[in-house]
Amino acid sequence: MSNEIKPDELLNKIDYAPASGNWMDTTGSVQIRPGMYCYAAKAESVQTLSLPNARPWNPLEEDWKLPDNWQEIIFQAMKERLERFRTFKVFMDICVRCGACADKCHFFLGTGDPKNMPVLRAELLRSVYRNDFSTAAKILSKIPGGKALAGARPMTLSVLKEWWYYFFQCTECRRCSVFCPYGIDTAEITIMAREIFNLLGLNIDWIATPVSNCFKTGNHLGIQPHAFKDMLEFFVEDIESLTGVNCTPQFQKKGADILFITPSGDVFADPGTYTCQGYLILFKYLKDKYGLDVTWSTYASEGGNFGFFTSHETMKRLNAKMYAEARRLGVKWILGGECGHMWRVIHQYMDTMNGPADFLEIPKNPITGTVFENAASTKMVHITEFTADLIKHGKLELDKSRNADRIVTFHDSCNPARGMGLLDEPRYVIQNVCDNFYEMPPNTIREQTFCCGSGSGLNAGENMELRMAGALPRANALKYVHKKFGVNTLGTICAIDRATLTTMCEYWVPDVQVYGVHELVGNALILPGEKKRTENLRLEPMTGFEEEDDE
Amino acid sequence: MNKNMIITGLIIFVLAVLSPFWFNIITTIEAAPKPELLGNAKEEKKCVLEKYDMRANHPSLLDEWRDSVVRDSDRQYKAANGHTFEMSLSTGKNSCLGCHEDKAKFCDSCHTYASVDPYCWECHTNPKEIK
Amino acid sequence: MNQKYLIPLTTVFLLFLVAYTGVEGAGLHQVFGIFIPYLAVLAFLAGFVYKVLGWASSAVPFRIPTTCGQQKSLPWIKQNCIDNPDTSTGVLLRMVLEIFLFRSLFRNTKAAFNKNESNTLSYSWEIFLWLGALAFHYSFLVVILRHFRFFTSPVPSCLKFLEYMDGIVQLGLPGLFISGAVLLLATLFLLARRVLDAKVTYISQAADYFPLFLIIGIAASGLSMRYFTKVDIVGIKTLTMGLVTFSPIIPEGVGGLFYAHLFLVSILFAYFPASKLMHLGGIFLSPTRNMANNTRAKRHVNPWNYDVKTHTYEEYEDHFREKMIEAGLPVDKEE
Repeated sequence: MSNEIKPDELLNKIDYAPASGNWMDTTGSVQIRPGMYCYAAKAESVQTLSLPNARPWNPLEEDWKLPDNWQEIIFQAMKERLERFRTFKVFMDICVRCGACADKCHFFLGTGDPKNMPVLRAELLRSVYRNDFSTAAKILSKIPGGKALAGARPMTLSVLKEWWYYFFQCTECRRCSVFCPYGIDTAEITIMAREIFNLLGLNIDWIATPVSNCFKTGNHLGIQPHAFKDMLEFFVEDIESLTGVNCTPQFQKKGADILFITPSGDVFADPGTYTCQGYLILFKYLKDKYGLDVTWSTYASEGGNFGFFTSHETMKRLNAKMYAEARRLGVKWILGGECGHMWRVIHQYMDTMNGPADFLEIPKNPITGTVFENAASTKMVHITEFTADLIKHGKLELDKSRNADRIVTFHDSCNPARGMGLLDEPRYVIQNVCDNFYEMPPNTIREQTFCCGSGSGLNAGENMELRMAGALPRANALKYVHKKFGVNTLGTICAIDRATLTTMCEYWVPDVQVYGVHELVGNALILPGEKKRTENLRLEPMTGFEEEDDE
Repeated sequence: MNKNMIITGLIIFVLAVLSPFWFNIITTIEAAPKPELLGNAKEEKKCVLEKYDMRANHPSLLDEWRDSVVRDSDRQYKAANGHTFEMSLSTGKNSCLGCHEDKAKFCDSCHTYASVDPYCWECHTNPKEIK
Repeated sequence: MNQKYLIPLTTVFLLFLVAYTGVEGAGLHQVFGIFIPYLAVLAFLAGFVYKVLGWASSAVPFRIPTTCGQQKSLPWIKQNCIDNPDTSTGVLLRMVLEIFLFRSLFRNTKAAFNKNESNTLSYSWEIFLWLGALAFHYSFLVVILRHFRFFTSPVPSCLKFLEYMDGIVQLGLPGLFISGAVLLLATLFLLARRVLDAKVTYISQAADYFPLFLIIGIAASGLSMRYFTKVDIVGIKTLTMGLVTFSPIIPEGVGGLFYAHLFLVSILFAYFPASKLMHLGGIFLSPTRNMANNTRAKRHVNPWNYDVKTHTYEEYEDHFREKMIEAGLPVDKEE
């Protein structure tokens, strides 16, 4: 399904010099094009969450079956959000259109579509804001010539369609915000736009259905409790055949030290499953060596939060399970797995929305004695912070040579990079579990990292052209280190990355495999009593560990 | 950023914008100098330029004079009113300061008022000071 | 496309002519010299305060700084205290660098796609927007400060020092002020960028060209008065001093060009709060820059946080109890 448009065809379309003309005049000509949009939310998914206007609809059809008073709904929604979010209000007012953000967006770099310049994406909304909310623009419009100065346009159906098309071509990655002299964050504006879409029943299905699943069954993929347990046990069997050690995890154990929550994608889809096996190996190691008691939960079995891509309220509804389950189980603190937007939610929203977490203890690593002061209030620690601390204190026995085949580079995921600043912890872990590590060029990593092109709920199958175009800048940097250093492994700390970058590599850089950082840890970590490993977690033979010929 | 900080900042900003107003309330103002014709000038009644032209254009006129004297050794200036003058700032009866005797009143008072600091006096000397 | 800059250009021309002919032809000195400047200052202040208070009245529900460097986590990992501050000192430093040195803009890069050869994207450091912006803002600041010589008598020595430094090249007569020339050149550069860079042309609105033309008009008329057409400075200062001491007078012998200059300045003041120029105030209030990245360490409170309907564990267990028991998962209520 992914290769309807060939890489060369995609590259041929790119042109960064936009056609002349006033974009405001071309509103009516917005073409919602297959390959570039996601299917509409199914009615039943919208109903599960009792969100408005659940009905079947199709973005390609003329009639979107909107409520009669849709304009009034948008007006009220904008008004309310302008009062509730200073970001929204300030960002509507102060952009000077200097253009610094223009070529920072991966979607602009991959498509050349001028409406993918962050400033223009925001202007789509600003033009209506100026029309409906700006006193200044209203005064200006009354002065001769002032109308042109106001830059305003009324809310029409074609404007709404244009909004929908382009705000579902933003992955809320915040790269533009790094370069904006006023810190204007297009993610904030996209979040507001998507909240408005949800009030009109205009979500996409790739977000709405995971959200509904997560609400009901505890995770995006709708894995029911027994199936969730089965899947982990399946990994346990794999690990046992490889190492001879049984890593069976605990579920819903009351009074455990730590509750562990990771995205369900790691339980379900390759290559995240190998990262999940890495977690199981790590926890078994810590249990045997130091008696650390970690529990999983099938109720809080989703670290990710597609509610974040729906509305602040939905995000809060899904996120509530984490603290609720930690409280019910009576654990000391929570450990979070490798995931991008999950960590933005935990780091910047969770405590504010669903805290205070006064029923938990300030996270302390019982093995090293390290107190995680930076998580003193939220009481949730990132697994790379945790593992880095263990390695630093020499608490893990690691055999780097088991990753000798892996020539690694690291892809900073947008949210941990720009919404948290988790940059050196994963690098420290990687460099302690494998010898060959090379950085991609400086303009493409750390806070300037490029999105995988499929974040914020856009990792569907039907918008593959958009995804591959958006992944171009990342792929291009990867290709550079692939050619220069022979990099064959792209390390990530994000479940969506593990899925989407794999597709990206197949499309743009076919010889590179995507790894979670804890898959590399799982390979290197020497379990007490393990037998000699000859294969890595992917059951591929490891160089230097070949089975000895018996004869 | 909380509201108190914003309002404090706003007050500082408004005060800064209004500084030209309140600064002149809390300090004593030196009034604009009243041009006065003294000595020879009072009697002469004719000058190189008309009144308002003089106020705006005397620096460039002096500049032209300087070039003319130094480069072409041409010291005669024919004014718009038909009279001819010696091109000189400070030498002789017919020079600027020869007629307008009081440099402090004729030059400095306005220059100080407008905060202008011409470098004429780095080479020229006030004839009164020679004596 | 031409409309986007032709309308603002024409508007600025017309505004200039209105003031010039209004004074020269209709003798409306009082209107352009006294009445409109007072109104403009009032509009500026009222509009500015109204706008900032409007922003202040909106809540900051979440702590969402854009982190541009390593977070504070484990003691042995070096934190980037400026780009990812966790203390108010760090935030202050970040804001100072942002406001006075345009730090984010300094990072600016230019992307290029090399089609056909290697099909690679490349990024190069693009410093000219930063330089142009810095030159523009600082020269404008110096020009504004220098104009305080028209509002103070005697002129404070710090202003004289500023004039001395600004005129240190000692070029021409009257001596060239660097700031004025830089202001005009920088605005022309910013204008050229808007017209010549296709991406920036595409995003530009009339509202982007108008203040540029206005400031170019102000700078050009100012420079013209100082260096070419000449005015009676003392006369002008009696007018400006009259304004700031609330005893306005109209001097004789000051021509239309000055009133046109003053009128354009008045328009800039009055237009300011209604425009993107409010980034002057907004930059202080941008939550992605002015907040510390310490949400996990210190709880941030959302003033409008409200309860939501969640799916509780009890509901979950009720739904899946049989399956959970069958799979050997612990349950709270065995039936």
